[in-house]
Amino acid sequence: MTACRMGFGMQVDMARPKAPPNGLAMTHHIGALHDHALQLTFPGQPEQVRQALQDVLASPPLADLAQDIRGTAEIVLAEVFNNIVEHAYVEHGGNITLRLGRQDGVLLCEVSDTGAPMPGLCLPAGQFQPLEDLADLPEGGFGWYLIRNLTEGLTYRRLNGGNRLSFQLATKQSGA
Amino acid sequence: MELVAQERAGVLVIRAMRDRIDAASAIQFKDKMRELTGNSTAPRVVLDMSNIAFLDSSGLGAVVAVLKLLAPDRKLELSGLTPTVQKVFRLTRMDSIFVIHDGVPDGFRHAG
Repeated sequence: MTACRMGFGMQVDMARPKAPPNGLAMTHHIGALHDHALQLTFPGQPEQVRQALQDVLASPPLADLAQDIRGTAEIVLAEVFNNIVEHAYVEHGGNITLRLGRQDGVLLCEVSDTGAPMPGLCLPAGQFQPLEDLADLPEGGFGWYLIRNLTEGLTYRRLNGGNRLSFQLATKQSGA
Repeated sequence: MELVAQERAGVLVIRAMRDRIDAASAIQFKDKMRELTGNSTAPRVVLDMSNIAFLDSSGLGAVVAVLKLLAPDRKLELSGLTPTVQKVFRLTRMDSIFVIHDGVPDGFRHAG
């Protein structure tokens, strides 16, 4: 097994799936869906990603949150979905499943696909590229940087031939 | 990706009419921008983004590509960034690269 270099707040769990202890691991499993929970499955294609984002933003739990939080959620979900379309499903297509739950001031998000694993079974570092010479400005590579910047508890698991990314988003505006 | 261009006094203002520049529309946006800016010799190009509610990293990459396409002789400036778009520019520090206007430059406000 390749060892992942751990980023802040990141875990890679390569263990076989096992039942979470009762009452635990709710940040990783949105199993018992609460009020304001949502599950959506859609084809991993750009047009469908756009439609899914619009549908999710217009539905609870996101529809009820402040505009700033909704904007952050849209950025993160778009980047996560686009990465799946552009990387996991580059060889063959498949569906993306989003599960959202709201609990104790956070949105629990879980995104699954059945595509290719992350290279080395690790999440990309998403390091910031310094912006210097205009001719060398990056035109890509912002996705993981944005995801890491805007989420907490980012966790990647390869399970049963699929990928599962879970993370949390604050539902209240930070003072920053 | 519908874009409307209007030129006055050396400034080409291009207004995005759709509400997003995303992975599904980024290439089309870039091609259309290349075409519109290619039809003009205005040294300043202002992209009016006031209709754009959402821009993802593919969209950001496309805007950066247009900036690079016009350089070094011509400049791409931006105006009317909505809150989510502003956040993407701020987090990626691209707000330090572009000249960003709050509104559309004077003289264009009531035009078109």
